[in-house]
Parts: sequence; structure tokens; C-alpha cells
Amino acid sequence: MRIELQKRANVSTLFSIISPLLALLLTLVFGAIMFWLLGKSPLGSLYIYFVEPLLEVWSLHELAVKAAPLILIAVGLAVCYRSNNWNIGAEGQFTIGAITGSILPVLYPEWHSWAILPMMMVMGVIGGALYAAIPALLKTRFNTNEILTSLMLVYIAGLFLDWLVRGPWRDPKGYNFPVTKSFQVEAVLPEILDSGRAHWAFIFAIVAAMALWFMMRFMLKGFEVSVLGQSERAGRFAGFSARRMAWFSMLLSGGLAGLAGISEVSGSIGHLQPSISPGYGFTAIIVAFLGRLNPLGIIASGLVLALTYLGGEAAQAALQISDKAARVFQGMLLFFVLSCDTLIHYRIRLILAGGKTAEARA
Amino acid sequence: MFEAILLTVITASTPLVVAALGELVTERSGVLNLGVEGMMIMGAVCAFAAAQLSGSPYVGILAGIFGGGLFSLLFGFLTLTLVANQVATGLALTILGLGLSGQIGEVFVGQPGIKLQPIVFPILSDIPFFGRVLFSQDLIFYLSVALVVGINWFLFRSRTGLKLRAIGDSHSSAHALGINVIRTRYLAVMFGGACAGLAGAQLSLVYTPQWVENMSAGRGWIALALVVFASWRPWRILAGGYLFGAVGIGQLHAQIVAQNLGIVIPSQFLSALPYAATIVVLIIISHNRRTTLINTPASLGKPFVPDR
Amino acid sequence: MKKLIIALAASAALMGGFSTGAQAQEKKKVCFIYVGSKTDGGWTQAHDLGRQQLDKALGDKVETKFLENVPEGPDAERAIERFAREKCSLIFTTSFGFMDATVKVAAKFPDVKFEHATGFKSAPNLATYNSRFYEGRYIQGQIAAKMSKKGVAGYIASFPIPEVVMGINAFELGAKSINPNFKLKVVWANTWFDPGKEADAAKALIDQGVDILTQHTDTTAPMQVASERGILAFGQASDMIAAGPKTQLTAIVDTWGAYYIKRTKALLDGTWKSEQIWDGLKDGILTMAPYTNMPDDVKAMAEETEAKIKSGELHPFTGPINKQDGSAWLKAGEKSDDGTLLGMNFYVEGVDDKLPQ
Repeated sequence: MRIELQKRANVSTLFSIISPLLALLLTLVFGAIMFWLLGKSPLGSLYIYFVEPLLEVWSLHELAVKAAPLILIAVGLAVCYRSNNWNIGAEGQFTIGAITGSILPVLYPEWHSWAILPMMMVMGVIGGALYAAIPALLKTRFNTNEILTSLMLVYIAGLFLDWLVRGPWRDPKGYNFPVTKSFQVEAVLPEILDSGRAHWAFIFAIVAAMALWFMMRFMLKGFEVSVLGQSERAGRFAGFSARRMAWFSMLLSGGLAGLAGISEVSGSIGHLQPSISPGYGFTAIIVAFLGRLNPLGIIASGLVLALTYLGGEAAQAALQISDKAARVFQGMLLFFVLSCDTLIHYRIRLILAGGKTAEARA
Repeated sequence: MFEAILLTVITASTPLVVAALGELVTERSGVLNLGVEGMMIMGAVCAFAAAQLSGSPYVGILAGIFGGGLFSLLFGFLTLTLVANQVATGLALTILGLGLSGQIGEVFVGQPGIKLQPIVFPILSDIPFFGRVLFSQDLIFYLSVALVVGINWFLFRSRTGLKLRAIGDSHSSAHALGINVIRTRYLAVMFGGACAGLAGAQLSLVYTPQWVENMSAGRGWIALALVVFASWRPWRILAGGYLFGAVGIGQLHAQIVAQNLGIVIPSQFLSALPYAATIVVLIIISHNRRTTLINTPASLGKPFVPDR
Repeated sequence: MKKLIIALAASAALMGGFSTGAQAQEKKKVCFIYVGSKTDGGWTQAHDLGRQQLDKALGDKVETKFLENVPEGPDAERAIERFAREKCSLIFTTSFGFMDATVKVAAKFPDVKFEHATGFKSAPNLATYNSRFYEGRYIQGQIAAKMSKKGVAGYIASFPIPEVVMGINAFELGAKSINPNFKLKVVWANTWFDPGKEADAAKALIDQGVDILTQHTDTTAPMQVASERGILAFGQASDMIAAGPKTQLTAIVDTWGAYYIKRTKALLDGTWKSEQIWDGLKDGILTMAPYTNMPDDVKAMAEETEAKIKSGELHPFTGPINKQDGSAWLKAGEKSDDGTLLGMNFYVEGVDDKLPQ
């Protein structure tokens, strides 16, 4: 038996909708088996994982908190990847954005003005963009591969933050522990509603996704991104410059990652510390592809991925399964989602031995 | 002391070299598998488990190779048969690998491992300096050198290697020439997985003979970067891997030397050295656009579906 | 729609058989937040062993729960809040990085009791606790000075926080009480947990001429290296004798169980108070692994020091002590106050490393 794919003439709208549902169904079936093997009640476990986090208000807020940085970073990366620029280092741009955005509250803790917050956000964007400018410069000027440079810069950014909070930016009243002073009230990104922790980063994320969706769909720039992404040659004939696009997409994705960094520090943490991200910059890469590099799709995939974190934690707390089992389950879900997406572009045929063709209804 | 430091560098560099070599072959066939970290950690846990259960580190090595190779099949099925996105699938593979290895390895935490003993070549090992460094090493080191030579020969001298590169450069043309693209890519992906598994085995049998979760600690990512660094050429992987290892070990010694001299250097800056050095060296060697382009597999990461 | 969800929830709850029955409600919940995996073989595993001891000792009265691999940051706040909402009566957050998150959640849930390990912020319902690891390190220093032929020890350090600096100083002070010229070389691995890097650091120190190793990182990799190279070493967080049967002199074993049982009993009695607790050898929050691989007289000395520390006769940070630059810190007979120790950011004389200020 073997599997053959046949390209559909048109992208199947039907399967665009069915495929995620099918993936969910498969995940549920295999998840049930996994939980059963772990000696837990399958239905109860799945309920805790997928449904419970969506029923309570505080948990919905947490979902938004978790999804915001993922979406913000991923929409920028989507433009990058669509234009064939491989920024793998969003994690580093996130870190540097968090640092540059924190300059004002750390150095001027006595400055109480409404102006501080917008300035912090802008400085975060600039920091992230400048950090992404390094691989952009190296790529356009020295022809250095951006996958490698952006990835290496992640480690360097992390160590730089580490040095800052243990050295010059350490809170003098913090018993020499590696944290900066807590930001003044004016420097904290406010919550959207009184009912929970979700703050403005989520709104930034939605706005950024909408804006980029609009750009990709209706603006010449979006067309430029797609054309250059598909073929640099074709782009050249259209008068587009791959070099300028490398700059544009890297600065854009770096700036958004920087914004995510400073919003996370300002809205969720309230000070700088050695570890400010559980790998958002890397997880966002999955989010970007899971959302099919479409900004609106990324809103959905960001929320789904955030749900798997929350659900995994809920399952851990309620069932005392290990974090590893939650991680395995998350990996499984990603695999199903990715493989079911095939159905949107292809028809799948199962070829049985003896050349008989069984058309799977897919 | 130089000899001792060199031995440390070899141990630290070997897993990077081995994993990067495997990924090089995978990428030369046009497939980008970002799941090296996941396959490596699976190799590490399989190797450790098998060595503990059988009592032989050699069984462990086999299990590591097998575990990594088998795990990579999952990636192969998704990206080659179902043409799922390679970048996302590779990252998901890493998430799954880290979770699964933790689950498998839970019972082995805290057990002292079995160290793979060196194979000492008689006579040759008596050569001053080189004898100790080159001819009294463990099997995985010898394999790593053999892999460099072998892969170099395979890619640039053998017929199959030529086909593999042809697929990596243009799968459509290769397909038109009657080469079985999917089958070759499956083999290349599994070879990459097996090498990552072997690198993992080195971690849990040679480098630090024990099992702890996440013990690969990001080495899979470095291996990935090395492939790019080496612009897809085996010898450069050897050079890059040892450069990275040497700077990493060197910074530890630099800390102690600085202490002896009474100099203050923040250790974070020293820790950042290997990464910075990698960037700088890459800038120097990649300014020639043409050679880089020649070596980059043109269809890297692009999906292929045979039309019929 | 809402009704449907509730109906679904109810049926799922029935099928799932959640433990929300009356019986479970009688037991109080004691919950733990871990920064690492509970089988990390180091810091977190020690806390989890403590939790298991608590289960064994008071399992008929309390139920324990944990969340592992919780990242420090907003995730921590959510994880802690989850436990608070799940009606945990006492929540232990076992990493310094959870401090602000614990403070925030504690303010939101005044009826829940919180305990944060190794931090310095407290509240009426938030206690802090820590272990006087330095007492064990002082004993190790003395043993090192007796056992080292070269008079130089190597210290594999993680990050320059007061806890680690304090440990380095205590080790050096212990060593100097035996051999005034004893030297200590420090390598910062910049990680708590990377066996490969820890092994590399161990090798670097040995190649630079130390003949005794001690570590403030989590895995047994340095112990294994010491064992291969045939030198002696001290274990960290747990008894690492299995990794070096002929190598380990002793180890500082984190035995949080004693503390967790004590505090849970206080909770059950109603005598729980928010305190800033810093327990030591005498309280059983840390214990020394058996003294092995040393002559009897050294062992006797170590045991004597341990007894003196327990009885309060000996405080490792008792003057005269000079700072690294030779300036006086403590006068003869003067003991350091806890505040200085908890915020320690300077070395004592004899440490070769320089701390970036």
C-alpha cells in the first residue's frame, strides 16, 4: 500500500474548514488513547485540556496573555518567510526589544508621566528592529546567511540581558538578586478589562495582524512580498528589489518581536529579569506556519497553541500527569494539524497492492 | 596541558560534527529538518536506556542510531508523503522529542551510566601527542572522522551522491530524469536522523555518561547552524564544529587565566564568544556570493509532489 | 449554548469521575510550583522528594499537588493562581524567579497561604524560606583543605547571585581555617543545568591544576569527570555517591521534606504564621551525605565541625574576616548578620575570582 497525492486544481475551501476539524478529531482520538495508557480517564482528561480553559473568565484572560506575544511575533515572521527571508532569531529581537524598551523605567524610575509608556513601546520596536538589522545588513552587504546569524544573535542577546540585570541594571535594593527595579505604575501596560490580566499586548497583536493582512491582501507591498518570495527573478522583472525586501521584512519582523518583548516585560512581568521568555520567538515560528503564513490564520493558530499550553498545565494540575506527557500531546496535535493541511491542496489516494486504487474520501 | 584541552575540545565538538553531518546530507537532498535537537535527545535516551539494559555501550550506540533514524521517519512521513511544511514539522518534532525522551527516560534518571571506552590503536597511539589525541579515542570519534571522509566522497564522487545533489538542486528536473525523489529523500532524512541519534548517543555515553532531561541543551540548534556555516560542505563542518567547541572550552580556561592575572571579564561576554566567533568567521568566508550559491541546495525546504 | 456547555461539562465530569467528592474536600491541599522537571536529578527533584516525604508523613490529612517546568515570568503567575483557585491551602513556590509572581497572587488570595523559597519579599500570607547551604560548604572547605595536596580547589558556579557568592566564601573560609594559604578558583558555567558544559568546566579546572572540585550546578557531570580523572569532589543538592563511589567526599543534600512537614503541621494546627525562615543543619533542612573517601581523622574533624555548627557554637562567618581586597569586614569574634549574607556581593580574601560590580 502506498499513498499518493494529487494536486487539486483549486485550493479547496471545503477542506480549509474541514482539515482543522479533522486534525482535532484525530488528536482527540489519539489523545484519549494516550491518557488511557497513562491511566487517566480519557474523556475527563480531554475535557480538562480543551474545554475547561475556555470556560472561566480568568483563564480566557490568561489565554490572551499567552497568545499575544506569539501572534505579534508570528505575523511579522510570516511576512519574512513569505518573502523568502529566514529570520529564525525572533527570540533575540524579543529580548533586545525588551531591553531597549526598559531603558526609561530602569534609568528614570522617578519619571511619572503618561508619555513614558508610548515611548517605551516605540523604543522596544526600534530595539527589536535594529537587532534584526544586523542579519539584514550582513545578508545584503556580505551575503551572510541570515538563518545562522539571526540564530546566533539569540544566544548573544540572552547573555547580554543576563549581564545587564546582574550588573549595571540590578536593583540596588534587591539584595543583589538579578532583577531590575519594578517599573513605576506609569510604565506598566494597562489591563484591557478589570476582570483579568490580559493587557494591551493582545490588542497590539490583533491590530498588527489586521494591518498586515490588509497589506498582504490589498497593497502593492504585499504583492511585492509574494512575488519576491516566489521568485527573485520574477520580482526583478517587476522592478522589485530583493535587497530592499530583505531590509523591509527583517526590520518589520524584528520591530514586532521587539514590541512583543517590551509589552511582555511591561504588561506581564513588571521588571527585567534573566529569563523573560519561555521561547516565544521559536514557538512563534510554528504559529506562523500553523496559520499558513496568513495573518488572520495566525490569530487562530496563536490562540490554539496558547490553549495547548494552558490545557497542558490544567491537565498537569488536575490529573498530575507530567509536563512531558503534556508536551508529547502538544507535539501530537501539531503533527495532526500539519498533516491534515495537506488535504487543502491535495487529494490523497491510497494505492493498495495490485494497483487497485482506493480513493480515500479526502 | 594543551593535549588535555584538545581532548576536551574533541569531546565537546564530536556531537556537533556528527549531527551536523547528518543534517548536511538531509539538506543536500533538499529537505530542511529543523528537528535535530529532538532527534538528538531521542538518540541520547535510546542509547542510554539500551546500554543500561544490555550492559554494553555498543548496543547503546546502535540503539541511538536506530532511535534517531526511526524518529526522523515521522518527519519524513509528514513532509515527504504528506508534504507538510518542513520548518513547522521540524520544530514540532523537537517539541515531541523533548517530551517523549523525558517520558522514556524517567526511570533512568540518577543511574550512573556506562562510559564508552576508547579503542586504543597499538603502535599508532604511542606517537607523541598525536597518538593520544587521534588514536586513543572512542568509536564515535573515529566514526565522526570516517563520516566526514565518507560523506565527502559520497556527495562529490559517487553516482548516488550526484543524484542526491541533483534532487536537492532541482527536484523537478531530477524527477524528469527518472530519479526517485521521494525515496532518496526518505533515505537522506533517515540518515540525518541516524546521525543525530549517534550524536545523542555520544552525549549520554561519552560526553556525560548519564541521562537527564534536556541534556542536549541546545546542541541540535548549533548543529543546524553549523550546516549553514559550512555552506553544505563536509570538511567545513569539521572545521566549524571544532572552532565552536574550541572557543567554548577556551572561554572556560580564559576565566581561570583572567583570575590568575586579576582581570575582571564578565563571564557572560566570554560565554557569548562561540556565537560571535561563528558569525564573524561566516562573514569572512561568505563574502564570495558565487561559491555560496553553488553549494546551497536550490530546492531546500520546498515541497515536492511527483506529477503523473 | 451556555446550557449545552454546562450539560456537556456535567456529563464529562461524571464520566471523568473528578475527585470533587465530599471525601476529597476534607483533606487540605498543599501545592508545589517547580521551575524544573521533578526528575531533574538536582534542585527540583530534591523539592519533589520533600513533597513525597510530606505525602508519606501526613498523607492522611493532606493531599499534595505540583506543577513542573513552570517558566519564570507570566507563566508562573498563572500557574500559582491556578493552584490558588483550585483551593490549595498552602502553596510552595520553589524558585527565586517566582518571587514577584507569588507576591502578586498572594495579594489576590488573602485566604491562601504562600511560601516562597530563597526570596526576600513577604506578606501576611506569604512566608519565605531558605536553607543555610553555606554551613555545609564551610565543612566542605575544611575537608578540601585537609585532602588537597596542591592547596587549590575548583568551584563550578552557576550564576553570580548572593546564594552562590555566599557558598564560595563559606567554602574558602572553611578551607582557610585549616590552611591559611588555600586558594579557590571559580569557573562560571552560566547555567544551572547543562551536563556537557558542567563537565567541560570541571575538565578546565582540573587542567588548570586544581585537585579537588566542588559544584554549585545541578547535574552529576562534574562528579563523573572528577571520578574519571581520579581526583576528589563534593556533591550538590543530592547524594551523588553513585556517580563517584571513590570520588565523593560528602555532599550537601537538600532535605526539604523536614521543612515541608513542619510547615504543613503548622497549617493544620492553625499556628502557621508568615515568617522569614532560614533553617540550617540543626533543623534538618539540609544534611551532609556520609563522609567517605577520607582518613578517619579528617572524618572526625568534619563531624566535629558539623556538631559545632548544629549546636550554634560555630558560625562560619565569624571574624576576623577580610574582604578580597584586604579591607576588614568582620572584627575578631564578630558574626555576620543574615542581611549581609543574603545580599552578599563580595568575596573574602583568598578567592581568586573577581566579581563584576
